[in-house]
Amino acid sequence: MNAPTKLTPADFATDQEVRWCPGCGDYAILKGVQKTLADIGASPDNTVFVSGIGCAARFPYYVNSYGFHTIHGRAAAFATGVKLSNPELDVWVVGGDGDSLSIGGNHLFHLLRRNVDVQYLLFNNEIYGLTKGQYSPTSRVGTRSPSTPQGSVDQPANALQFSLGAGARFVARGIDISQKHLTEVLTRAHAHKGASMVEIIQNCVVYNDGAFEQFTAKKTAAETQIAVEDGKPLLFGKEKDKGLRLDPKTLTLEVVTIGENGVTEDDILVHDEKNRIIAGLLARMSAPEFPVAIGVLYCDPVESYESGLLGQVEAEESRHPGAQLNNLLRDGNTWTVGD
Amino acid sequence: MEGSVASSGSPDSQRKQIDSVVVRFAGDSGDGMQLTGSQFSSAAALAGNDLATFPDFPAEIRAPVGTTFGVSAFQINFGSRVIKTSGDQYDVLVAMNPAALKVSIANLREGGLVILDSGSFTERNLTKAGYAADPRQDGSLAQYQLMEIDISSMTLDVAKPLGLSQKEALRCKNMWTLGLVYWMYDRDPQPTVDWLQGKFGGKAPEVAEANIAALKAGHAFGETAEISGEATKFTVGQAEIEPGEYRLVQGSEALSWGLLAGTQLAGLEMLLASYPITPSSPVLHVLAGLKEFGVVTFQAEDEIAAVCAAIGGSYAGKLGITASSGPGVALKTEAIGLAIATELPLIVVNTQRAGPSTGMPTKTEQSDLYLSVYGRNADAPMPVLSVRSPGDAFDTAIEAVRIATKYMTPVTLLSDGYIANAAEPWLIPDMTTYTPFPKEKRTDPEGFHPFLRDPETLARPWAVPGTPGLMHRIGGIERDYDSGNISYEPANHQKMTDARHQKIDQIADDIPEQDVELGAPGGKLAIVGWGSTYGPINRGVSNMRDQGYDVSHIHLRYIWPLPRNLGELLRSYDKVIVAEMNTGQLRTLLRAELLVPAEGLNKVSGQPLKIVEIEEAIQQSLPQAKAAE
Repeated sequence: MNAPTKLTPADFATDQEVRWCPGCGDYAILKGVQKTLADIGASPDNTVFVSGIGCAARFPYYVNSYGFHTIHGRAAAFATGVKLSNPELDVWVVGGDGDSLSIGGNHLFHLLRRNVDVQYLLFNNEIYGLTKGQYSPTSRVGTRSPSTPQGSVDQPANALQFSLGAGARFVARGIDISQKHLTEVLTRAHAHKGASMVEIIQNCVVYNDGAFEQFTAKKTAAETQIAVEDGKPLLFGKEKDKGLRLDPKTLTLEVVTIGENGVTEDDILVHDEKNRIIAGLLARMSAPEFPVAIGVLYCDPVESYESGLLGQVEAEESRHPGAQLNNLLRDGNTWTVGD
Repeated sequence: MEGSVASSGSPDSQRKQIDSVVVRFAGDSGDGMQLTGSQFSSAAALAGNDLATFPDFPAEIRAPVGTTFGVSAFQINFGSRVIKTSGDQYDVLVAMNPAALKVSIANLREGGLVILDSGSFTERNLTKAGYAADPRQDGSLAQYQLMEIDISSMTLDVAKPLGLSQKEALRCKNMWTLGLVYWMYDRDPQPTVDWLQGKFGGKAPEVAEANIAALKAGHAFGETAEISGEATKFTVGQAEIEPGEYRLVQGSEALSWGLLAGTQLAGLEMLLASYPITPSSPVLHVLAGLKEFGVVTFQAEDEIAAVCAAIGGSYAGKLGITASSGPGVALKTEAIGLAIATELPLIVVNTQRAGPSTGMPTKTEQSDLYLSVYGRNADAPMPVLSVRSPGDAFDTAIEAVRIATKYMTPVTLLSDGYIANAAEPWLIPDMTTYTPFPKEKRTDPEGFHPFLRDPETLARPWAVPGTPGLMHRIGGIERDYDSGNISYEPANHQKMTDARHQKIDQIADDIPEQDVELGAPGGKLAIVGWGSTYGPINRGVSNMRDQGYDVSHIHLRYIWPLPRNLGELLRSYDKVIVAEMNTGQLRTLLRAELLVPAEGLNKVSGQPLKIVEIEEAIQQSLPQAKAAE
């Protein structure tokens, strides 16, 4: 099936009834993904969605493609196997913050480190939804939940700093309700050859409603978010009059206003998506002190894992064309016992 | 009995003719005993002997020098008769230091020969080995023949002038010893000379030269020195074995090749995903070296990732295989459940070791039968096959692939540490004589349902991503009987559970009926075994049958499902004893499944079962057998 006609987002929907809570951010993400698939001309035959366990992990059932809903935390490992089995497949992995960073933290680390060519969509709602509201590894200190009635005491993980630390070559952030921007980020993630990590800020309407309100509220978004673009100064604000300046003495970022205290646009740091240091500084910015960075924070491709590994297999195959098992079994010292 | 010295009467009056002999090389971990043993195995095999080997080494890579826990040993039983085990006791013990002597002496037969390196019997080494007094002087070796040679200094004499440091030169003493043993058993040292040249000749010619010089010096020592005593010079004739081309094969090698052979017979490609673990890692190593066959190997970050990647590989169209040992397989169980639920082919190789927990990683045991048959959450049946010897691993691995692909199911393939490391001569199979069992993947979208079963095999279609028009979603949540969509319908869950069971149960119709290895159906006593206990049980039963005992040997390859006729067969004996290296796992299974009052012969010492242990069990069970003769 060579799909000559261009598919629409609706073509990527299945007949399955979507079972997320009404108002869940996952609906918006599903819509964004389906639109991206249509935009990039994805072939449903050749697309695979792999997921672990959790609310987010139901995702494959709702995308008209191949889908594998696996076990908790291990989606990255399954996806690695899929890619090693057939590198031509376009593989998307979907997981929540618990699935990806708690039980699956090890596998995610290695998927990113190895640079397996998949898109990893980490839906971060800072809570366990499917198990009814326990705090998660990304929950902020003091989160009250059924398992932390006095408030959580452990420091949260930052998904993108984790990813950069693991050696990921593509790190980006989007927001469930920022559809247009999310689609752009997903398109970039898909174009990147290697592991693409996309953290998607997602509102859990039942257990953690409004957790990100501080920077996602439409009214104030211009002042609380910064959409980074490669080669462009890191400006934000309704009037694009605020920016990020690097303090070379402390190697930290500070928010400055152009025109105040002698600050000009030349003082503003220019985003370089190949600069891992800048990416790290951007990834850790949090509200209210800083605007939250969205977009492609880091993109610096190197050869993907399956390309390197399967390349070795191909090289050996062409060095020994028509290798025969019968010859292998007779290689080395053999002797013949006569009749 | 195997391993005993037979009557003399050699054409060569200088050499005593014997039909089999057991030699154990024991030394420090760094003394190269495994290498010495494997070279000697090759020499024995090339001379036409049948043989069985038992590499017995510590988990520590380099344990402190001279300690008993650092002793590494290699035992070989070779002969002009069919050899079935590495031998209960040894005829010759080569001890490179006091610790090696201390650890190994107990299993030297009375009157056996001890060759020891007197140069290593220093006060310091004796203390390290825990000897209060020098065993050479306190009479504790009186029942053995003792051959003391200062191997250390003789090796230094030949190796050091060739430009090696003292330490490097001393490392050649294993070759000196090997040279001597070659002389004792009239073996040609040339293949080892060639091997040394091939291994070191290019990179370190002086090392090759020194080792060869040491080997030759040891050989010459035997020829020229006045070695006295009886059991020093033997001829072991050729064994009468089936004609054909042979090679030595180790269990993990044969098993790996069998997995590849099976994959090819199924018309598939292999993805092996594993995590290093003793004693399973050689499977990963062997297959990593077979890329020219299109084999893809993936060293995963952990055991769970390994099995998950293998399942992902099968989902996408290759045959996914994961190889591990007990602790690793325990970690994989949840994912294996997913492969059962989503009905994907998968091979799980378990090279068992002594446990629980870390246990004794380099020591053998058969204690993962429960884990394999029952060890998963919920009702999760899957076939379990077991390997009985290094050579048998090849064919059993092929059979595992056949079942996994035909029935779309994970299959456990049980080996153990003894089989994995042991070597035996192997009649090399001819792949053109095997019948392929090509696995078809679904390509036709017409009438496709992901879980619509083949009416005969009950297998679901294998529809892999990338196939036009067959997009579907599967997962671990209970699936609708036809569509595979999520279903919480009570009746559907019952139906799916029943179908999963029926699918595995009916594989019993597609495997051979259980045969009797030795003896006949019906009789006084059957010894039932599985896995690596094959050799000792077979030899023990054979010896006792020779003495007139009515005893048969039955050995299982199929642990789950069991062969259809097994219950009837076992009930045809007055008494059934299950001999296994665990506390009674197969016995419990047979009692539960077949209502047979089986008894147990159980051993969990980390060492293989001995022939004499089988014989004693038979004797105790059948006290009157001899009288009936």
